[in-house]
Amino acid sequence: MSIFTLLRLAFRVIARNKARAMLTVLGIVIGVAAVIAMVALGTGAQQNIAKQIASLGSNLIILIPGTTNVAGVRGGGGSSTTVDVDDIDALRREVKSISLITPANRQQVQIVAGDANWGTTVQGTTPAFYTVRDWPVETGAQHSELDEASQNKVCVLGKTVATQLFGTDDPIDKWVRIKKVPFRVIGVLLAKGQSPMGTDQDDAVIIPFSVYRQRMAGTQRDQIQAAYAAAIDANSAQAAVDEMTAVLRQRHHLRESAEDDFSIRNLADIAAASREVSDSMTLLLGSIAGVSLLVGGIGIMNTMLVSVTERTREIGIRMAVGAKARDILVQFLVEAVVLSAIGGAIGVLFGWWVARLLSDATGWVTVFDPAVAALAFAVSGAVGVFFGFWPARRAAQLDPIDALRYE
Amino acid sequence: MSDTPVIDAVALRKVYAAGDTPVVALADVTLQVQKGEFVAVVGASGSGKSTFMNLIGLLDRPTSGVLRLDGVDVARLTGNQRAIVRNHKVGFVFQGFNLLRRTSARENVELPLLYAGVPARAREEAARLALTQVGLGDRLEHMPNQLSGGQQQRVAIARALVNQPALLLADEPTGNLDSATTREILKLFVDLNLHHGITIVMVTHESDVAAVSRRVVQFKDGHLVLDGPPPPEWTPAIGVPWRQAAKVEAA
Ligand SMILES: Nc1ncnc2c1ncn2[C@@H]1O[C@H](COP(=O)(O)OP(=O)(O)OP(=O)(O)O)[C@@H](O)[C@H]1O
Ligand SMILES: [Mg+2]
Repeated sequence: MSIFTLLRLAFRVIARNKARAMLTVLGIVIGVAAVIAMVALGTGAQQNIAKQIASLGSNLIILIPGTTNVAGVRGGGGSSTTVDVDDIDALRREVKSISLITPANRQQVQIVAGDANWGTTVQGTTPAFYTVRDWPVETGAQHSELDEASQNKVCVLGKTVATQLFGTDDPIDKWVRIKKVPFRVIGVLLAKGQSPMGTDQDDAVIIPFSVYRQRMAGTQRDQIQAAYAAAIDANSAQAAVDEMTAVLRQRHHLRESAEDDFSIRNLADIAAASREVSDSMTLLLGSIAGVSLLVGGIGIMNTMLVSVTERTREIGIRMAVGAKARDILVQFLVEAVVLSAIGGAIGVLFGWWVARLLSDATGWVTVFDPAVAALAFAVSGAVGVFFGFWPARRAAQLDPIDALRYE
Repeated sequence: MSDTPVIDAVALRKVYAAGDTPVVALADVTLQVQKGEFVAVVGASGSGKSTFMNLIGLLDRPTSGVLRLDGVDVARLTGNQRAIVRNHKVGFVFQGFNLLRRTSARENVELPLLYAGVPARAREEAARLALTQVGLGDRLEHMPNQLSGGQQQRVAIARALVNQPALLLADEPTGNLDSATTREILKLFVDLNLHHGITIVMVTHESDVAAVSRRVVQFKDGHLVLDGPPPPEWTPAIGVPWRQAAKVEAA
């Protein structure tokens, strides 16, 4: 029998009982959809993370006071007061594996321009920041060492802040007020997008660190909330972390047994932590997919067994006019495969739709890979072969006369 | 008639183990049918006619005894070989039609060709021809449940003939037909027997149908009790050449 005839036969039988077919393939649909959504989201997440990590700047090292949590990344930071400006100066002097280091203190403020008003983060940092974070200005200029030295009240706006306060107008040389202090806008940063923690990095205002200490820090003017350093090259990142740790431990007079009262992370650590999150999501979706495919396969086996029993007389008739056991086996196997392939096809479309929906709702990037869709579809077909084989063999092993007499 | 017999049954026995007492449906039947014969099998209901037909149609297996088809001991055949014999050599008309539900008359008739590996176009042409032969040329796409009992029976006959079998086994092929259609079918059988050399074994309850055959065998409680030409007092439903010849001889 030609494959065309077999397929036509299978589709006709399935079409006779559409409701049953749909219920049967539900497990396959969910399984395949989970695979598709999983891979789409997973691939998207990896790309996202890679992009965000890159957005932090090359060879970046982050110093945060206080002990760190297990995940290795902490949110706001800066709640502890164990690192001060002298520590930063010491690190700048003594650690040879870093080329630059800059403090970065910040707080939430209202920023006012005319009658526009926006809640954002003001960050006091030195000109090294632009290099360390690999974050140049789009228009205007960065603040300079001269601005630091003379405590000039100038600021560089993040893209989001610029848009919120000035819309499409050019903000350069306009005046804004932060905590009642007027600042002249000298530049706007290039848009950077989300951080690995999902915050909008462009929602920030940069002012000279000296001005921040003087006008924003209140009583805590010597404390450091965070510092960014750049390793001299990518290979020195770990050495830099080790040297910085040694210098700070010595300065803080920590005993051998004492924990660090600060935490220093390089990009590899942050990347690993982010990847861990996305990996566990992939694992979760992967298990859902696996279980669904298994359940779906059993569903197909069940339906095929019922179908074989219902159609015992048909099998007898076919055998009586010359069907071989193999013909019957192939007929029911093709039926099982068509059934699960229908489930697979619906699953691919459904999974793609779910991924789209999720990416619309959450803003995560999803990547739809046709190769993965083809693979998932093939797997669903394989499920049909695997779980359809036993029922098909039962049909093929029937005795013609018994099958013909079956009531 | 020195040829190998088409059917060579020796002490063929079939015992059903249903219930407490075993039923001897067929008790050591020995019978030979030569190529070109037209045999009518008669007997009371339950006498074992269908059991015998199922055995020589390779649908069932005997409890004991030997069956040779064209000289081949069928006990030696594998499942596949039995399927090939059913497909190529034998056309079987079932007492209960056994048509596939929700499958058109044409596709039912195509079925043996499907398993013979005949391409779709040729299948369709042959099915059309066979159905036209049995007077159903205008019912090709009807489903069995859209056909009368007699029409279904004729579809079953067309299916048995479509593969041009050397041996036609028909279990009450005219049981559901009116006398006019019965005559049509019998004419077809006689033609096939006379001009195409097809060997026919046909079960029937009616003496006028049995009288069309060249030889009548009678079963009683599983035993073969009579074997010979149709009795002269039976009036055949249609005129047949061998009957004329016999009459002339008798006169
Ligand atoms: N599958 C079976 N199990 C048990 N007994 C059976 C089975 N098939 C047939 N028999 C018995 O075997 C005997 C012969 O049955 P068979 O069908 O051969 O009769 P028949 O001559 O064809 O009758 P009819 O003219 O009514 O068709 C009957 O007594 C029947 O009850
Ligand atoms: Mg019978």
